[in-house]
Amino acid sequence: MTVESTAARTPRRASSGGKRASASAKKTASPGKGAAKGKGAAQGGEPELVQLLTPEGERVENSEYDRYVADLTPEDLRALYRDMVLTRRFDAEAVTLQRQGELGLWPSLLGQEAAQVGSGRATHADDYVFPTYREHGVAWCKGVDPTLLLGMFRGVNNGGWDPNTNGFHLYTIVIGAQTLHATGYAMGMAKDGADSAVVAYFGDGATSQGDVAESFTFSAVYNAPVVFFCQNNQWAISEPTEKQSRVPLYQRAQGYGFPGVRVDGNDVLACLAVTKWALERARGGEGPALIEAFTYRMGAHTTSDDPTRYRRDEEREAWEAKDPILRLRAYLAAQGHADEGFFAELEAESETLGKRVRDVVRAMPDPEPMSIFENIYADGHALVDEERAQFAAYQASFADAPANAAAGGEVK
Amino acid sequence: MAVQKLPIAKAINESLRRALDTDPKVLVMGEDVGKLGGVFRVTDGLQKDFGEDRVIDTPLAESGIVGTAIGLALRGYRPVVEIQFDGFVFPAYDQIVTQLAKMHARALGKIKVPVVIRIPYGGGIGAVEHHSESPESLFAHVAGLKVVSPSNSSDAYWMLQQAIQSDDPVIYFEPKRRYWDKGEVDPDAIPGPLHKAATVREGTDATLVAYGPMVKTCLEAAAAAAEEGKSLEVVDLRTVSPLDFDTVQASVEKTGRLIVVHEAPTFFGSGAEIAARITERCFYHLEAPVLRVGGFHAPYPPARVEEDYLPGLDRVLDAVDRSLAY
Repeated sequence: MTVESTAARTPRRASSGGKRASASAKKTASPGKGAAKGKGAAQGGEPELVQLLTPEGERVENSEYDRYVADLTPEDLRALYRDMVLTRRFDAEAVTLQRQGELGLWPSLLGQEAAQVGSGRATHADDYVFPTYREHGVAWCKGVDPTLLLGMFRGVNNGGWDPNTNGFHLYTIVIGAQTLHATGYAMGMAKDGADSAVVAYFGDGATSQGDVAESFTFSAVYNAPVVFFCQNNQWAISEPTEKQSRVPLYQRAQGYGFPGVRVDGNDVLACLAVTKWALERARGGEGPALIEAFTYRMGAHTTSDDPTRYRRDEEREAWEAKDPILRLRAYLAAQGHADEGFFAELEAESETLGKRVRDVVRAMPDPEPMSIFENIYADGHALVDEERAQFAAYQASFADAPANAAAGGEVK
Repeated sequence: MAVQKLPIAKAINESLRRALDTDPKVLVMGEDVGKLGGVFRVTDGLQKDFGEDRVIDTPLAESGIVGTAIGLALRGYRPVVEIQFDGFVFPAYDQIVTQLAKMHARALGKIKVPVVIRIPYGGGIGAVEHHSESPESLFAHVAGLKVVSPSNSSDAYWMLQQAIQSDDPVIYFEPKRRYWDKGEVDPDAIPGPLHKAATVREGTDATLVAYGPMVKTCLEAAAAAAEEGKSLEVVDLRTVSPLDFDTVQASVEKTGRLIVVHEAPTFFGSGAEIAARITERCFYHLEAPVLRVGGFHAPYPPARVEEDYLPGLDRVLDAVDRSLAY
């Protein structure tokens, strides 16, 4: 499999030197030179896909990206498989919890496990991730306790975790807004001279948002170390990608002066390799890159959505044949990297995870009403104080009632 | 810098300079703020002295400016962004309202987003459309934001220092038509709290409340009224969110009459909120309904008729007369 020239040329230079001294990185930092030179072989033609593992689980060579997965051990491969299986299990559990009324809403990532685990595992601990609201698999890779993700969908908070603990920002519901935060954060990293980078996640629908376009502009102009990871899952609720763009999404990068690559989003090895490539060049001072992970949202947009109103079953079936988990399983089995014992053990681990998620969610307490007034401001605000006091007094007025009534003997 | 008489624009410049000088995390960002020094020259000379990494000419995209400032703040920086004119803030309104205002609460207080957004606002300079508006209520209405507006050089200097030091997002509205009004700035002064109003003229017959560019108008009105034997108190609010109702209340309890003056349209404006709260707090002290003088429910008019739209001395005095007639 090949990639577009714009994508392929820059990394060859970038990665050949291995660790890049910051001085030399500076020298080549002029953003997008390679990309601007590249003609974009696929422009106007059929877009090509970086793929390392076929849907049947056969490993195919790729001269550009093989090196990024060359050092993977069988244990690493099993770990990727485990990540995907547990992520899918967690996700399925959340869907069930929504059906049972424990969650108000859930956006399932079913089908996007490889895109998320591959890219997530490409990050270093000090890389920072800005997710949408569907990056449960990336959260998993960054070490975020999955039960933390459920609070906002249960309605007990609007986020709730500390982004700095794992370098995983809060979920962002306003489409595309986080790509600018990611870019600014990356600009800060560059100012700090940090040897780290940012991954900004967004979907195909988000590419129509002005904020995403502006984040492309800012990151290119300031040569910010940010990787734009677009999961094109083909559907923005009911609208297919054709309603968002007349060109393949990855080709948009060229107009901003940085490379874009389309990768098989259901191929965890390809997603890992391409994201590693993009992160390395970002950390090396070569600026942003756009990765379009070509994947499929196998489930509904959220539990409130009914995809039968806008897409055919055959489409889903065709994509199920390209399932990200099955293909890695086939590869592991064919290579003799995993035996039945491994799969059985993982199944048991999945069950345990599912049970833990259920138990934690069901035990999640509702927040205290007075918490409405908490953390609105870091330095306080007189009106919040006033309204808090008024509401507390109002509530206290009810607290007296049963006591008085009991004294009067009216309550049993 | 010793005590100096500075125009408001220069006071803001000196305040930015001091912030850049004392805190390496402070950044100045915006369109044309670097080489040009801003269209009003408020940031003049800062890029020359602090470099392009700290005084940043940005792409022409307001949402991008605020959105990247949020990211920089999350990384530990203290960005002070400039929106070139009041009417240009709206592309950034989404980032300000849905992201900047709420992030601290969404993280249950675990992260802070100390971004200052400077916006030259208000009319009276004969500008084309979108260059003369007063959108402060649109921000005051949003929990998570703080909104302030200085009326004089000393406040311009110190309130900006305090806004930058605040861990909360602060929208700092600059009275652009007063940019060239001079006032004393003492860089060694010890400023009072940021979110406290100031009684800038004592009086007994009625209270005028204003902020930003209208403070001067109200002081002139009070001086004119004094010639007619009417004693007006003038309160410079300084801060719209939080709003210092205590100071207004104390004044109204003394005078019994309140007129709120702002350039923004009165409909759903800050004056409406002040009228409601003060009516609650001072019902038995009020000798007249709270009156408002402000813009009309109309698009900001063409420059040739803006003086008819803007509250001027006569419209303020007319409201005073109406109040006193009760």
